[in-house]
Amino acid sequence: MSSKTPSRLTIHELRSLIDKGEVHPRELLDDLLDEIARLNPTLQAYITVDPERLRAQLAERLRQEPRGKLFGIPITVKDNLCVQGEETTCASKILKGFVPPYHATSIERLIQEGAIIIPRANMDEFAFGSSTETSAFGVTKNPWDVNRVPGGSSGGAASAVAADLAIAALGTDTGGSIRQPASFCGVVGLKPTYGRVSRYGLIAFASSLDQIGPLTKDVTDCAWVLSIIAGQDPRDSTSAPVAVPDYVGFLKQGVKGLRFGVPQEYFPTEGIDPAVRAALEEAAQVLERLGMRRTGLSLPRTPSAVATYYIVATAEASSNLARYDGVQYGYRASANGSGSLMAMYERTRAEGFGPEAKRRIILGTYVLSRGYYDAYYLKGLKVRTLIKQDFDAAWTQCDVILTPTSPSAAFRIGEKLNDPLQMYLSDIFTISANLAGIPAISIPCGLTPDGTLPIGMQLLAAPFDEARLLRVAYAYEQATEWHLRKPELRVAS
Amino acid sequence: MDYESVIGLEVHVQLATETKLFCGCPAAFGAAPTSQTCPVCLGLPGVLPVLNQRAFEWGIKAALAFDCQVASVMKFDRKQYFYPDLPKNYQISQYDQPLAHEGYLDIVVRDVQKRIGIQRIHMEEDAGKLLHDPQAPFSYVDFNRAGVPLLEIVSKPELRSPEEAYQYLIELKAVLEYLDVSTCNMEEGSLRCDANISLRPRGATQLGAKVEVKNMNSFKAVKAALECEAKRQATLLEAGQRVPQETRLWNARTELTESMRSKEEASDYRYFPEPDLVPFVIERAVIERLTNTLPELPARRRQRLAEQYGLPAYDAHVLTQHRPLAELFEQTVSQYPKPKPVANWIMGDLLAYLNAHGKEPGEVTFQPIWLIHLLQAIDDGTISGKMAKELLVQAIEQQRDPEQIIAAEGMRQIVDDGALSQLVDEVLAGHPKSLEDFRHGKQNALMFLVGQCMRRSQGKANPQQVTEILKRKLHVTAKEEH
Repeated sequence: MSSKTPSRLTIHELRSLIDKGEVHPRELLDDLLDEIARLNPTLQAYITVDPERLRAQLAERLRQEPRGKLFGIPITVKDNLCVQGEETTCASKILKGFVPPYHATSIERLIQEGAIIIPRANMDEFAFGSSTETSAFGVTKNPWDVNRVPGGSSGGAASAVAADLAIAALGTDTGGSIRQPASFCGVVGLKPTYGRVSRYGLIAFASSLDQIGPLTKDVTDCAWVLSIIAGQDPRDSTSAPVAVPDYVGFLKQGVKGLRFGVPQEYFPTEGIDPAVRAALEEAAQVLERLGMRRTGLSLPRTPSAVATYYIVATAEASSNLARYDGVQYGYRASANGSGSLMAMYERTRAEGFGPEAKRRIILGTYVLSRGYYDAYYLKGLKVRTLIKQDFDAAWTQCDVILTPTSPSAAFRIGEKLNDPLQMYLSDIFTISANLAGIPAISIPCGLTPDGTLPIGMQLLAAPFDEARLLRVAYAYEQATEWHLRKPELRVAS
Repeated sequence: MDYESVIGLEVHVQLATETKLFCGCPAAFGAAPTSQTCPVCLGLPGVLPVLNQRAFEWGIKAALAFDCQVASVMKFDRKQYFYPDLPKNYQISQYDQPLAHEGYLDIVVRDVQKRIGIQRIHMEEDAGKLLHDPQAPFSYVDFNRAGVPLLEIVSKPELRSPEEAYQYLIELKAVLEYLDVSTCNMEEGSLRCDANISLRPRGATQLGAKVEVKNMNSFKAVKAALECEAKRQATLLEAGQRVPQETRLWNARTELTESMRSKEEASDYRYFPEPDLVPFVIERAVIERLTNTLPELPARRRQRLAEQYGLPAYDAHVLTQHRPLAELFEQTVSQYPKPKPVANWIMGDLLAYLNAHGKEPGEVTFQPIWLIHLLQAIDDGTISGKMAKELLVQAIEQQRDPEQIIAAEGMRQIVDDGALSQLVDEVLAGHPKSLEDFRHGKQNALMFLVGQCMRRSQGKANPQQVTEILKRKLHVTAKEEH
């Protein structure tokens, strides 16, 4: 029997304990709620938590037959995933009060397996950000150092998992928003292949880049969650008709003989923290000791990735956010003196959106506008194809690619907020995977020299090759102890 | 200066599929406001479109019916603008890779056949409907229509007169009715038309300034609006002025076109490929399968009716303009093989009734067997031709077989000479003045007396026989007098 309280355990550990009757789902939820009550005021990982509703949800779920793989297990979800009957706002004022009348497909699949959904993990507004500082409802803190960001945009989910305020979570990743916070918070985060997981119910940022994925305490949990949410959905025309392998079953297959590529563009002489570089070098050696072969690699279009992303993603975002206009739901500016429809639109959007959202909408509108479309958006799509081709060529030389997840460990709150371009550049290692549509995972691989902050490594694989990705990640994890390190949580007095 | 009108028409047709273009909501017209909606067609956060298979196939069929090149790969694009009836503030439409292009429609104007090119056909979703409350500072949005499938059919600017435009619309509607893909009803909004018109000196090749005309809600209104525009533009050009390129609205009350107030420069719709939908490959096999399901289209049917039944071109044209009429004709003639009388009754009395009551042929049920019985009853003398005309109306209004009406009301015409003779005597006795008038040479006194006999017999007397008998008696009388 574990000496840890239930909230500190993983899904796979809890599954066995619950099935054996050693832990009751009610105990688990109560423990989690106690921890949330204790730590969330400091960490603000959740925008709000309603213990009564959660307990009622649990009671209902316990009556569900047959028992699913997640029976009795609470799963935290980011505030941009529609949960029927629960306020879902994308951490934006403009969606305050919006209660979806339907579940996102991923949520439905979790519920079908018996999970209890804990909604409203904080995020950057509309997923625009890499630090969870642009939420309209407060800044989430990194549990490793509350003066630092947890990363973004799935910062609330990552912080909660790291602090054991969540057993596991669903986040979303458009340019690195699962992986980068995972690396900043010392947890596992996976972005699936584009089309692997249904986007129905994911409030869209960039339709051709968004994916839902797990944030978990270890790789096994990650495989569990992915196996439940993956698979084609008739409600999402971009979800792929590709069978879902037994991710959990394949974890222990071993990695001997597999090749990992080390792309030179991801290890520049400047712009990467020495601690990160050192941790990655050690990780490479671990992989070699496990029997993998290291190969050098070049992904020559890497320098164009950030620019391409900020053209394509903002273009799609400007279109996806057009619907937030005060007409049907969410925030509507008061009619006082406005008189005209246009004034209502303008005031609603001016008051409802935060500055980063406005910045991206304007940028996106510009690159799609007449006279600029060819030079920017169309060009961006073409470069995107070239970036993808870099990876297509890479898979002939290696099975997975190893890179840092982020150029640094977690930065201070407020450090990059006033320099959007600096903020954008922190996505430099994660962005290409979204552009190319390939799966990518971040796992803990070290700590900063003073031992206070986690460092993450990223593995990339070919489309729909999550099984291999997870296998390598698992082997590495089991050969090291980084996944067992936890932040020392100090509650603000 | 002799000016030539250059006209192009953009027609939006609602496909009468059961469900909307990108979701499973019912697409039917007339339900309570915003009762046929779901998160997808309401554009709620997080939703995604999924293409309606039937709408896709019907779109292809329409493209084939207009002899278009169907795309081998088509995609959807977002057309972006803000308006409350557009839930996502973009419309999923098609921009540069539409469903089809390069087709044609043959029309006949004053017995001259002309081929009008069709530029392109594409699919898009309809918007909701705004309802304005004149009493209160509110406008309401009814989202039932949001997401209903539309086909946009764009003609080349090859129409040269409002009359040609009118005929184009009639023929277009006939084709779509034959395909049974739309109710094509301008009043209900299942067919909408915008027109583009410019003028140029006859013989010139360059196009003049183009004016877009909107807000016409009938084919006749399209024609009237274009006539008005052509005059207006000609007047400007004659006075040496330029025609401003703009959008004008047809005002049915004043019968004039009006400039749309304060148009900012033409909207930039910022089209880009719809990322929530993948491109669609249309395979040869699909096109072949759908080609084989095409019904006989109006043009071919017209030809066949003329050849098979020996009908004049005019008759064939009128009968095929509405599919229900063509069906009625052929089904009637299959059991009553006298094409010309059948055609006459349909084109004459039946159409007259429909026009008088403002009804479309499809709106009124009229069974072929009714027409057969009607004609047979005339043939065997049960009723007169005149009685048959009234009987037709009664059959429609009571929705009953004429045979049954005849039986129920004892509507047999009176042909018995003796009875008619007696009738005539009675009438003559009652109208001595008319007798006088006739003797003094007033020929219409005869017609008056015939009319009186018809009245007295409740229309049942055979008019020809009555006339004969009257003539006989009057001449006899006259002879006697002399």
